[in-house]
Amino acid sequence: MLKDRTHGGVIYFDNAATSFPKPQCVTDAVIRYMTQIGANPGRSGHKMAIEAGQIVYKTRKSIATLFGLRNPMHVIFTSNATEALNLAIKGVLEKGDHAVTSSMEHNSTIRPLHEMEKDGTISLSIIQADKTGILDPQKIRRAITTKTKAIIINHASNVIGCIQPIREIGKICRESGIIFIVDCAQSAGVVPIDIDRDNIDILAFAGHKGLYGPTGTGGMVISDGFDFKRIKPLKYGGTGSFSDKIEQPDFLPDRFESGTLNVAGLNGLLAGSKYIQKREGGIERILEHKTELQNYFIQKAETFVKDFYCYSSSQLPSTSVIAFKINSYSVSETTQILSDRYGIMSRQGLHCSPLAHKTIGTFPEGTLRFGFSIFNKKEEIDLAVQALKSVSEGKRT
Amino acid sequence: MKAVILFHSTNHAIWAEDELKSNNIVCKMISVPRHLSSDCGYCVQIDTEDKEKATDILNTNKIEFEKIETL
Ligand SMILES: Cc1ncc(COP(=O)(O)O)c(C=O)c1O
Repeated sequence: MLKDRTHGGVIYFDNAATSFPKPQCVTDAVIRYMTQIGANPGRSGHKMAIEAGQIVYKTRKSIATLFGLRNPMHVIFTSNATEALNLAIKGVLEKGDHAVTSSMEHNSTIRPLHEMEKDGTISLSIIQADKTGILDPQKIRRAITTKTKAIIINHASNVIGCIQPIREIGKICRESGIIFIVDCAQSAGVVPIDIDRDNIDILAFAGHKGLYGPTGTGGMVISDGFDFKRIKPLKYGGTGSFSDKIEQPDFLPDRFESGTLNVAGLNGLLAGSKYIQKREGGIERILEHKTELQNYFIQKAETFVKDFYCYSSSQLPSTSVIAFKINSYSVSETTQILSDRYGIMSRQGLHCSPLAHKTIGTFPEGTLRFGFSIFNKKEEIDLAVQALKSVSEGKRT
Repeated sequence: MKAVILFHSTNHAIWAEDELKSNNIVCKMISVPRHLSSDCGYCVQIDTEDKEKATDILNTNKIEFEKIETL
């Protein structure tokens, strides 16, 4: 039997990859679907199918509320943020278009863009962020040409936790009639987002990070006013609607949601999304709490850990994704010791973001990364600092 | 007397049920009656006298439906 780790036993600081543990209500919701509902949501007419359909609808509605969206049908479920970004990017960009993105992007954005550039479909400008990872909106403005169709920006860095001024960048897009696509994989559930006020046309989110849903959940959200027919589907297939026709339906969400959805996962995501939205102080408080944890860690580590070097700022609000290293050790060595000797889970390397690591000057080795969740406590951080202190003072093995 | 609202997509049927209920219209999701064919497996049943009000609510929310049939 594998040990149940949801009640401690390890210190899990790899929440930027996926959050753990999940709230108990998330696990319960997955089990409830698996044991009591079970059916396919969009297909048959029996009671269990209707209940499955209601789960999907309620999840759509909860996600719509989270982002200040009015029409729940504008929430499109995908298997993760990567699929949502591919759908948005490949769905919007056409032959001859120009796109603007940044040096802080995750590979889930930069790879599809690079691929389209390489095969001659689009031209691409990559705007360099400063050493703290922040983008200057005016630099983005200057990159716009008459051919610019879309600007794609990572809201919160999965490497150093910094948050981009998306509202300002979105305003530039609005003024120039450019589609603004935002990668909210790290920020959904952590930073307050209002799709309208933040001037976003399309956003991608992961269900399994700051929303505390299961892996295999995520989605694309299209703002109420955006003409969704400007996005081509990535997948075509069965939707349970217009089955007499061989054409893909042209309404939402069916246009983009072919194939059976991950209903077990979505029921978990529904529970997670409700859980964080009902927390006292809401998302604002979550961001504050995370910034506090981050500052606490940085301050302690800077005091006690020899050769500690941190790339994340303790001056700015942050999603508490912290890149650091102990200068006398390789990052893979440190991660391994933390895991094997102290039961502390962290992530080393480049975090799927080679350009971001080039931006902060840590390419090709990368850094260690801690990512805190709403469940992490200062006591765990104390233990981690102790562990890092011992590592930094210890003999190299 | 009852009427049913038929939809092209189950997504819209469930959305409609939610909007109708929050506007205090008594309604229920049921399987599409045998004599009516619809690709979408379920539909929303309402009281006939609510037909007009229900149509208004669907239109206001831009919820696409196929048709309303009195049973
Ligand atoms: C900024 C960012 N974008 C996209 C992704 C991809 O998310 P997913 O693993 O859900 O596809 C991640 C997570 O790894 C991320 O941190």
